[in-house]
Amino acid sequence: MLKFIAKRLLWMIPALLVLSFLTFVLIQLPPGDYVTTYIATLSASNEVIDQNTAADLRARFGLDQPMIVQYWKWISGILLHGDFGLSFEWQQPVSGLIWERMAFTLLLTFATLLATWGIALPIGIFSAVKKYTVGDYIVTLFSFIGLAVPSFLLALVLMYVAAVKLGQEVGGLFSDAFVTAPWSFAKLWDLMQHLWIPVVILAVSGTASLVRVMRANLLDELHKPYVTTARAKGLSEFHLLMKYPVRLAMNPFISTIAWLLPNLVSGSIIVAIVLNLPTAGPMLLQSLMTQDMYLAGAFLLLICMLTMLGSLISDILLALVDPRIRLE
Amino acid sequence: MSEAALGVIDAKRTAVASQWQLVWWAFRRHRLAMIGLVMTVAFYIVAIIPGFFAINDPSQQNPRAAYQPPAALHLIDTSGDGWSIDPYIHASVLKRDPETLEMIYTTDPKRKVELHFLGQGYEYSVLGLFRSRLHLLSSSNPREPVFLLGADRLGRCVFSRIMQGAQISLSVGLVGVFLSLTIGLLLGGISGYYGGCTDFAIQRVIEFVLALPSIPIWLALSAALPQNWPAALNYFMITVILSLTGWAQLARVVRGRFLSLRTEEFVMAARLDGASESRIIFRHMLPSFASHIIASITLAIPAMILAETSLSFLGLGLQPPTISWGVLLREAQNIRSIATAPWLFAPGIAVVLAVIGLNFLGDGLRDAADPYNR
Amino acid sequence: MNTMPLPPASSRPVLEVRDLVTHFPTRAGVVKAVDGVSFTVHAGKTLCIVGESGSGKSVTARSILQIVDEPGHIVSGAMILHWPDGRSTDIAQLRNRSRAIRDIRGRDIAMIFQEPMSSLSPVHTVGDQITEVLRLHLKLSKAAARARCIELLGQVEIPNPDKAIDRYTFEFSGGMRQRVMIAMSLACNPMLLIADEPTTALDVTTQAEILALIRKLQDQHGMAVMFITHDMGVVAEIADEVVVMYHGRVVETGSVDTIFHNATHDYTRRLIGSVLKLEQKAEIRLARAPLDDAAPPVLEVHNLTMQFGAGKNPFKALDNVSLIVKPGETLGIVGESGSGKTTLGRCLMGVYRPSGGQILYRRADGTTMDVLQADKPSLKAYQRDIRMVFQDPVGSLNPRMTVAQIIGEPLYVNNIAKGRALDDRVAELLERVGLNPDWRERYPHAFSGGQRQRIGIARAVALSPRVIVADEATSALDVSLRAQMLDLMMELQDRLGLSYVFISHDIGVIRYMCDRVAVMYRGRIVETGAAGQVCDAPTHAYTQALLSAIPRPDPRARRMHERFRYVA
Repeated sequence: MLKFIAKRLLWMIPALLVLSFLTFVLIQLPPGDYVTTYIATLSASNEVIDQNTAADLRARFGLDQPMIVQYWKWISGILLHGDFGLSFEWQQPVSGLIWERMAFTLLLTFATLLATWGIALPIGIFSAVKKYTVGDYIVTLFSFIGLAVPSFLLALVLMYVAAVKLGQEVGGLFSDAFVTAPWSFAKLWDLMQHLWIPVVILAVSGTASLVRVMRANLLDELHKPYVTTARAKGLSEFHLLMKYPVRLAMNPFISTIAWLLPNLVSGSIIVAIVLNLPTAGPMLLQSLMTQDMYLAGAFLLLICMLTMLGSLISDILLALVDPRIRLE
Repeated sequence: MSEAALGVIDAKRTAVASQWQLVWWAFRRHRLAMIGLVMTVAFYIVAIIPGFFAINDPSQQNPRAAYQPPAALHLIDTSGDGWSIDPYIHASVLKRDPETLEMIYTTDPKRKVELHFLGQGYEYSVLGLFRSRLHLLSSSNPREPVFLLGADRLGRCVFSRIMQGAQISLSVGLVGVFLSLTIGLLLGGISGYYGGCTDFAIQRVIEFVLALPSIPIWLALSAALPQNWPAALNYFMITVILSLTGWAQLARVVRGRFLSLRTEEFVMAARLDGASESRIIFRHMLPSFASHIIASITLAIPAMILAETSLSFLGLGLQPPTISWGVLLREAQNIRSIATAPWLFAPGIAVVLAVIGLNFLGDGLRDAADPYNR
Repeated sequence: MNTMPLPPASSRPVLEVRDLVTHFPTRAGVVKAVDGVSFTVHAGKTLCIVGESGSGKSVTARSILQIVDEPGHIVSGAMILHWPDGRSTDIAQLRNRSRAIRDIRGRDIAMIFQEPMSSLSPVHTVGDQITEVLRLHLKLSKAAARARCIELLGQVEIPNPDKAIDRYTFEFSGGMRQRVMIAMSLACNPMLLIADEPTTALDVTTQAEILALIRKLQDQHGMAVMFITHDMGVVAEIADEVVVMYHGRVVETGSVDTIFHNATHDYTRRLIGSVLKLEQKAEIRLARAPLDDAAPPVLEVHNLTMQFGAGKNPFKALDNVSLIVKPGETLGIVGESGSGKTTLGRCLMGVYRPSGGQILYRRADGTTMDVLQADKPSLKAYQRDIRMVFQDPVGSLNPRMTVAQIIGEPLYVNNIAKGRALDDRVAELLERVGLNPDWRERYPHAFSGGQRQRIGIARAVALSPRVIVADEATSALDVSLRAQMLDLMMELQDRLGLSYVFISHDIGVIRYMCDRVAVMYRGRIVETGAAGQVCDAPTHAYTQALLSAIPRPDPRARRMHERFRYVA
């Protein structure tokens, strides 16, 4: 078991290195660099910068060096000092900008994950056990719709309903009064009141697909011989259902974290942009648009790390609950 | 695994039924799947000849029709003696509200704009092959445009733009899946066929790609596309970007199938029969998972459609004047425009319906894909 | 346990089944799986229900506990359970989820199943699954249940029961898992134990141990046993009374002696006949002129070694195997699962590359080649001369090809026949294996197991080979089809001058058809000799132990008590 975790952890190291390099290549891809964008912005307001100033700027940001050198500087800064570089646009260290937003992203993702599981598990079980009943058809229909509605559309519709029918603005994670306020129970309560909207929006599509997964898993298990054995022992239907097939169907279900999390994070970025949440999404989009490369890079790296960590956790959880993996 | 299990009454017919016939019989019994098939076929017909289904030129701006609401379509005309099936709408009039001084649209119950079936309208091109003026519905009066689903900010017909957008949005799905499939088949096939170290390396790459969240990667990649590229190139690059992460799922399916087939006794039998490697792959193995692959790609298309829609919605996918459902939904981006013109959500409904249809279809195909193991 | 007299009339009935009808409604109509079955099980006695696949014997067993899989359901009939205190209940009248039936399940009637692996949960410990029954029915405390569980595991002869209780089923061998199942079913001292093919998935030596265990426990607890099996040898060994089922109906009921020696129904007699047929050498073989002993062998295998895996514990599937195959003869390879016989077959086919040794093949023109050193073209030529018949009649035929395509494939890819000529050749081959040539456009799913195996044989002989390796070619078939299939193979052998390497775990099949036999044990050949000599008077201790474990289909010659174990 320990060997398994150690092996899995060791494997993370090259994966993360590859990830960081790819991230760096990714943010280097756009033609031109921040200085080009900067000059373009300035010239829009009729300011002109001569070539020398531009070169100075490039030298100051280290943009004139070969990519591999820039990468090395970048990654060593992160690893040794937790320094993600400077945001050109904000003119302050990236590390000062991202952590709060990453924390909210993590909170949102985690809350959504819990909500998704909490809803999908019982519904999936219900749908499998009551296969081909009216209830199952309704669940199936709703899960198909849930799969088909893009999360940003759901966010828009909710905003529309709130604005037109209820006459209130939806968006953000805090009321105006609390945005800059220091942390207090009142602020936490305010956060809770706002958090459920993006959580519900994000949970819809995840729940829909998980219900399908759980239903299929459980249907596979329901007719296995060990269920007949349990029935022949005289266990009640509910008891045997929960103890045996549901327990076994949980194993593949746990491994859904590995693909659910990337999807959730992806979805949360779009929804955050639409709802203007103080999470990674809007700032990532903005930084990509303005080629604020270190800021974009930091977000990309951290978000991808988050999902890879998720798949690591799901592997470990799986090994914990499944003796066949644990004992090899 | 008797005839009873195969569920076909005529045993003689079953005896000589090929895989595809068995799949089709199993598929046909699946009601949702049949609905999905009909929906999908309908959507792709629209995607092939959107001009025929459009009423107004989707790019035509009408300054006098900005945010014009949808027109109520009357199907039965009772104004004359008796009644006749003759679709018409009431002409709309732009007036200034005397108190608020806002521009509002009202309909004039006296003036009728008739709609003709298979009438003539604006000229459009059919897949670049030939040009036509024939439309399913056309307005009898070219000066009175018919906005079945209203008009947008620039007075363009939302209905016609949805029809036109179907072409891009649905084809992005197809092209993207085709690219993903090519990569997926190649890498998954190599991985599953050769096994060993190759398999290990490709497996790790697949795992890596699957663990990445797709949207931020797409965002970063599409942000790297120059804004001034021609529309066709931009379109192609977007599908390439979508396939860059989409292939992994398919590769995993292909690999899994390949691995399980490789150990099947009938494959060993073919090898002992003296069949060449390529014959084993193409004659014996490929038909065995073709149906599974078709089901998987059918389920991958909607994901591509949703991805394009999301990217374009964020402004990092296709760019106007290209018309796709995602581009259309950009119009509905801020709360003010959707509050005044909720019909701008209509492209979203098209997306949802197309995705539901494809998901029904794919689900049915997956259930019917293996008619032998029940 | 010698010849059993008829059970005394005073013997107390435990379960009376009267006119039981169980149906499975399907899309193509109602399948009458059990169609009016009646029998009585007596305390302390063993009732065997025998029948071939699809006879409804397993559904009958499941109907008694009302655990028939959906959509099957009991339509009518009565199943009266008699308690020792004189009470009785008609189980058929109980609702299948009611408290009353749940109290009977596991406490009064317990059941064990065929697949000891899949019938136990892989993620719960053995102890968890056994104590559950104790706590449910006997309301034992956790500690008491655990203590009783360890005692039960000891009773079923599982070593170190106090350790075994906390282990998972996948850590046990097949025989040990079945012991766990038995411990579980005995937990509440049931009046009736239903055993549904409990030894079918096990090797004969393990089967003998499990049968002995069930018998011992039955004697200790005095319970009734209802034993479902297709193996007439097992029936002869353990049954007091026998119920013969065919197509959902009981064709004959009687004492085991009557069934084997005095059967009245045609089907029973045919069934017993086909079993007894495999107890001796085939008539075709007895009538044949002796083989030319001086002829040089077609295949010579020298010191073949095959190792799987590397590193700390490689597994030697073949360990220094040497044998010869002479022209026109049938060499039987017999052994239990894991003995390496399938690996040997695949090495002979050139599918596996052995780690060491030599396979020499003597071509028709008298030249020899070393198969393991051969280049690709000569290996292909070799594979045209030596062909294979597979065990699984379903998996070995591509379901997506017509029979004509399957049989024609070797002819087509070797450029032997195309178009019309190919079609004619396929028709001829089908006729030769006893199938209607008009069926060649059909797909494998339209054929029964026996027919499919004939298709596999037709494919093997299509290239006019000199040797055929048959790997458990008859194991998946019902006993009545086995002799037919073997007769067909022998007829083809005589007509085409074939040699067979016949791999099987079934001594009966080996005795029926083989000229010589090689006995394999843990990758080695422990004994080789003429079939009659090895099957009737083996010299090696392992062969002796193996043969002693095989139940003989004659209730008057029970010999389980003479069985002995082989300790390597």
